[in-house]
Amino acid sequence: MSKHTLSVLVENKPGVLARIASLIARRGFNIDSLAVGPTEVPTLSRMTVVVDVEELPLEQVTKQLNKLVEVIKVVELEDAAAVQRQILLVKVRADAATRGQVLEMVQMFRAKVVDVATDALVIEATGSTDKLRALLEVLAPFGVKELVQSGLVAIGRGGRSISDRALRTA
Amino acid sequence: MSDPSGVSAPEHRTELEHDVSNSLGTQGPTPAPSPADLAGRQRAKEPVEVTGAQALVTSLEESGVEVVFGIPGGAILPAYDPLLDSVKVRHILVRHEQGAGHAAEGYATATGRVGVCMATSGPGATNLVTALADAYMDSVPVVAITGQVSSGLIGTDGFQEADIRGITFPITKHNYLVTHAEDIARTIAEAFHIAATGRPGPVLVDIAKDALQATTRFTWPSKVDLPGYHPVSKPHHKQIREAAKLILAAERPVVYVGGGVSKARASEELRRFVDLTEIPVVTTLMARGVLPDSHPLHLGMPGMHGSVAAVTALQKSDLLVTFGARFDDRVTGLLSSFAPEAKVIHADIDPAEIGKNRVADVPIVGDCKAVIADLTDELASERKAGHTGDYAAWRATTGDWKRTFPVGYTAPADGTLSPQYVIERLGRIAGPEAVYVAGVGQHQMWAAQFVQYERPNAWLNSGGLGTMGYAIPAAMGAKVGEPDRVVWAIDGDGCFQMTNQELATCVINNIPIKVAIINNSSLGMVRQWQTLFYNERYSNTDLHTSVGMRVPDFVKLADAYGCLGLRCERPEDVDATIRQAMEVNDRPVLIDFVVHRDAMVWPMVAAGVSNDDIKVARNTAPQWDREERDEEDEIAVTEARSDQESAERANRAEEQR
Repeated sequence: MSKHTLSVLVENKPGVLARIASLIARRGFNIDSLAVGPTEVPTLSRMTVVVDVEELPLEQVTKQLNKLVEVIKVVELEDAAAVQRQILLVKVRADAATRGQVLEMVQMFRAKVVDVATDALVIEATGSTDKLRALLEVLAPFGVKELVQSGLVAIGRGGRSISDRALRTA
Repeated sequence: MSDPSGVSAPEHRTELEHDVSNSLGTQGPTPAPSPADLAGRQRAKEPVEVTGAQALVTSLEESGVEVVFGIPGGAILPAYDPLLDSVKVRHILVRHEQGAGHAAEGYATATGRVGVCMATSGPGATNLVTALADAYMDSVPVVAITGQVSSGLIGTDGFQEADIRGITFPITKHNYLVTHAEDIARTIAEAFHIAATGRPGPVLVDIAKDALQATTRFTWPSKVDLPGYHPVSKPHHKQIREAAKLILAAERPVVYVGGGVSKARASEELRRFVDLTEIPVVTTLMARGVLPDSHPLHLGMPGMHGSVAAVTALQKSDLLVTFGARFDDRVTGLLSSFAPEAKVIHADIDPAEIGKNRVADVPIVGDCKAVIADLTDELASERKAGHTGDYAAWRATTGDWKRTFPVGYTAPADGTLSPQYVIERLGRIAGPEAVYVAGVGQHQMWAAQFVQYERPNAWLNSGGLGTMGYAIPAAMGAKVGEPDRVVWAIDGDGCFQMTNQELATCVINNIPIKVAIINNSSLGMVRQWQTLFYNERYSNTDLHTSVGMRVPDFVKLADAYGCLGLRCERPEDVDATIRQAMEVNDRPVLIDFVVHRDAMVWPMVAAGVSNDDIKVARNTAPQWDREERDEEDEIAVTEARSDQESAERANRAEEQR
């Protein structure tokens, strides 16, 4: 199995997320993460779906997604040709004795402290999945009280836009 | 994105805005004006103020709908009022929404037009689910319209509320929830366009009651604008050339024809292709009649209960020329052992079917009508250049198989009625112009095997979903669509009892279908599996409809509905009874054929085993010619495997219908 990042341009209509989730569940595809949000075009939303499949099932996922009437376009974003980011909020145990060491880690990872309490810090970090995993590893010894992570979002490098052609045809 | 199969959609995606009138099937001449079509006429000048319900009915008229099968109820009630005034749309009140759905399917399959069914919210809508799933599996163009509770009530678990859009996500091609009256016309136009184009399928439109009651300005959209929907119908020429090359190079090609050819109305094209190339043909359960059974190159139906010639030809082939078929497990048997030496040309209008089960060497995305025509032209010009395939030896071999192993049966020794004989005689007497509609099970397989199909769309059945209860309502729908044809429902005693209440609909609405119940007093196919794989332990398959008692008595039941009920129990009465039924056209006729209950469907490839293990009778493999066996060792399947062994293997891969 290997991970593939799919950018799915969809019509911004109620129920689209449910429809896509239903398709993915029904066809038995494994997904790692899913992020949805608006785009530069008000009528379109964009989903970034990370699927964990072999090459052949990936073709099925793409074709099945393309069959959905509200799906405008499906593009696979190769790691090398795309910028990929996730956001992480993590609440770490940090008292007077350990706060300094935690802050050092925060700096090393160019993360931010967004909330401070006497016994804990909330850290916000953005990056690739690997970077966030590395950050979590170094924070783990201090004690992670709570963490929440967004789905991956990704955008292709270079001057071209995913919605160029979609816009022209829409 | 990169496409490993090479199935890249052609880039001509300019025709985004489809002309609605072209896509919706019929556009008949305008009859006398009615209030509803006055609304239609005025649309050119200025929009007319109407209720959402009127907009719905006018939209149906604009879409060319001539009949709707349905049942009213609370949430859909507003729509039924203007429906009463429509002179174009006939509403047929069914007795169960499942019947409405199957009737819409039967109508659509027989006529090629979009079938329409209507139901209220909640239970009305959920009763449509089986029929929608059936239409989805068999790619039948159906539009289902359901009422929904008022928009303010949605999400509150209101009375008769069900999220039918959510429920039908996985079993519809597309679906809608409409909460504003002004969206109704556009949505209906889109629904019909989506249902009928590309790979056809069911589309559900759920309309909130307050949207039906609100007023709006009606304008019928001249175009459908769906930025994410562009079915590819024209095949890529490069792929056609590649396919032609493989065909010319092949030694043992087989044309594997599926329901897509029927949906594409490509019978004529297929005939030209076969006559030009002289390649042997198999037609799947969904494609019976697409090439006449009488065609000399027709080897029969492949699959679990296919003919020895068809099954074996696929297994031994070196090239499958696949048109509109989907390598269903009931055709392939154990997929990894299916046609092991064959390269595959796979043409389908749905790109997702290509490479789904079997990797295609030459994938072709396109409408089968265009694909087959283009491929025929390509091969015709190759022929002019002196390039033809040589399949004479292969034709002789497959022809031998066909002659040596015809699909047959043995009449019961006790002189009771053999179900195959009944169906064979029915096919002979009613002839190729009749429509035959089956349920699911043994009778369905016998009807696929023993009726000779000579034209497309003469054979309707529930192939993909395997829906017991399909036959009666689907026959009703077919008869409404083609009132001048004789329509026979060939049904089982189990299937019949699932939807027989539609006989009331048939009687009341003067839809004189004919019903042949192949009554073996059992859930016959399940019983056959119990005989073969469960040591004859008949758990819950006795229906008591003829053996020991008659519950119900089908003749009395027919009589109670106002149909003519007949019973036939002896071989010598079969012809006369069928002829009697053929003469009655003022009401439905039902014949209770009381048949031998131990009759089994043969040939059979047990579930989960290789098609090489086809049996022509219990424990009996085909006896291949000795010389041929010596030549081709791998063909020889002479040793009948022990019953125990095949039973074990079948149990392992249990997939009961």
